[in-house]
Amino acid sequence: MTKSLIYSLAVATMALGGTALAETIAPDAVEIVDMEVNASITGSAGNATDGRDAFADRKKGNCLACHANSDLKEQLFHGEVGPSLDGAADRWNEAQLRAIVIDSKQVFGEQTVMPGFYSLNVGINVAEDFKGTTILTAEEVEDVVAYLMTLKDN
Amino acid sequence: MIKMRTLTAVMSGLLAATAATAVLAGGPVDEALIIDGETEITTRTAAPEGHPFDELISGWHYRTDETRALQADSFQNPGMLYVERGEEIWNTADGAAGKSCADCHGDASESMKGVGAAYPKWDAASNRPVNIELQIDACRKNNMQAEPYKFDAADQKALTTYIRHQSQGMPVGIDLSQGEMQSWWDNGKDLYYTRTGQLNLSCANCHEENNGNYIRADHLSQGNVNGFPTYRLKQSEMVSLHNRFRGCIRDTRAEFPAAFSDELMALEVYVTWRGTGLAVETPAVRQ
Ligand code: HEC
Ligand code: HEC
Repeated sequence: MTKSLIYSLAVATMALGGTALAETIAPDAVEIVDMEVNASITGSAGNATDGRDAFADRKKGNCLACHANSDLKEQLFHGEVGPSLDGAADRWNEAQLRAIVIDSKQVFGEQTVMPGFYSLNVGINVAEDFKGTTILTAEEVEDVVAYLMTLKDN
Repeated sequence: MIKMRTLTAVMSGLLAATAATAVLAGGPVDEALIIDGETEITTRTAAPEGHPFDELISGWHYRTDETRALQADSFQNPGMLYVERGEEIWNTADGAAGKSCADCHGDASESMKGVGAAYPKWDAASNRPVNIELQIDACRKNNMQAEPYKFDAADQKALTTYIRHQSQGMPVGIDLSQGEMQSWWDNGKDLYYTRTGQLNLSCANCHEENNGNYIRADHLSQGNVNGFPTYRLKQSEMVSLHNRFRGCIRDTRAEFPAAFSDELMALEVYVTWRGTGLAVETPAVRQ
């Protein structure tokens, strides 16, 4: 769906006084219930190919800093801080993976070293450039989740 | 972890066959650092009481074969050029008083032996701990009538490297009983465990919980300070301790404190204690 189509649909919905069309949920409005976030936080499905890029990109997910992932073996260095993500989608469902990426602390506990990628619950003295922002945008979160769903061994 | 390592090993085996990816296998190497085949450096030692680790391990053990070899040969160690430059500065008069360091302290190989292993130490005059850099500045101001160095000025790094090098091989040991050193240690400890920045990470997350693991291409060590100032191959220059601290804090996407600020001095006191008993390596070589 193109952005302009979404926009005209939204306008149409409003004009008709219909129920609000799903839109991006702000980081502090995301609800993690029982370690799950059931619905897409943008209202639409992510793109796994873009998610693969965001996963490896050092300025975005930089997930390879901590996780090995055989699907990205063309990338030189894979970290060892977290577990390998091979077969992640066999161990977790989509709603759980979304919760892990959004705010891993609410799934693994406060002690985890994994950052929350769509959370404002962060450390002290956040640098000016990053204040009030999240590491990934809502769209990137959905892209990464779509990509994680492709990591199946079985 | 065990499962993961096996997996990494399997992966490495596969990858070595295709030579597509650098092979990463974490953990410190089991070797001894002997400089020029003469000076054995204590790079592993039992931790002091109250330390979270059983064994303290120098960052040297986490570096590549090539990097470790550079440090073991003082002709090849690029940091030794800074030691030489530091010796020149030591012997050169500067400031309105027309004095050099040597005019007051004589031969550094005698007067400075052991000094670098015992800093930071309590300074009653300024009522806070001082490190080598701040001690140099105090001498420049009070005894030489010269300007203090700007943070990370080339001469500051060279002179600090030279002075610390005089303690090479001697065990790190600071005196926490002087003045208020203990409360600075306490503050440093708090900071060590405080998560900073958007990435929400503390020093302990990387250097206590994950030393021995790779974080992308970087092999995490215990984050000990016994090699500082260190020669960093990545930057092709000497790196001061406060510069390293600031880099680590910046990497969590946090604002970093000023060099020699109360925060970084407290961290220096605490992190130096964490390496008690490791030998001074200055100038260490790191990647
Ligand atoms: C700084 C380290 C770090 C980074 C960066 C990181 N993770 Fe994690 N991750 C961990 C750790 C550690 C765990 C294991 C949970 C624990 O022990 O706290 C984990 C667990 C996971 C799991 C569950 C793994 C399993 O198979 O059970 C998934 C899925 C995951 N991370 C995805 C990601 C994604 C996607 C990114 C990037 C957008 C990412 N992680 C970035 C450290 C990290
Ligand atoms: C995101 C991970 C991370 C965090 C958080 C972190 N560091 Fe580091 N640090 C590194 C890496 C990577 C290196 C280079 C490899 C090594 O020696 O561990 C390093 C190196 C060091 C070194 C040099 C060690 C040597 O042998 O030369 C010191 C000292 C250090 N860190 C102290 C700290 C302190 C103090 C903090 C907290 C204020 C901190 N680090 C936070 C990743 C981190």
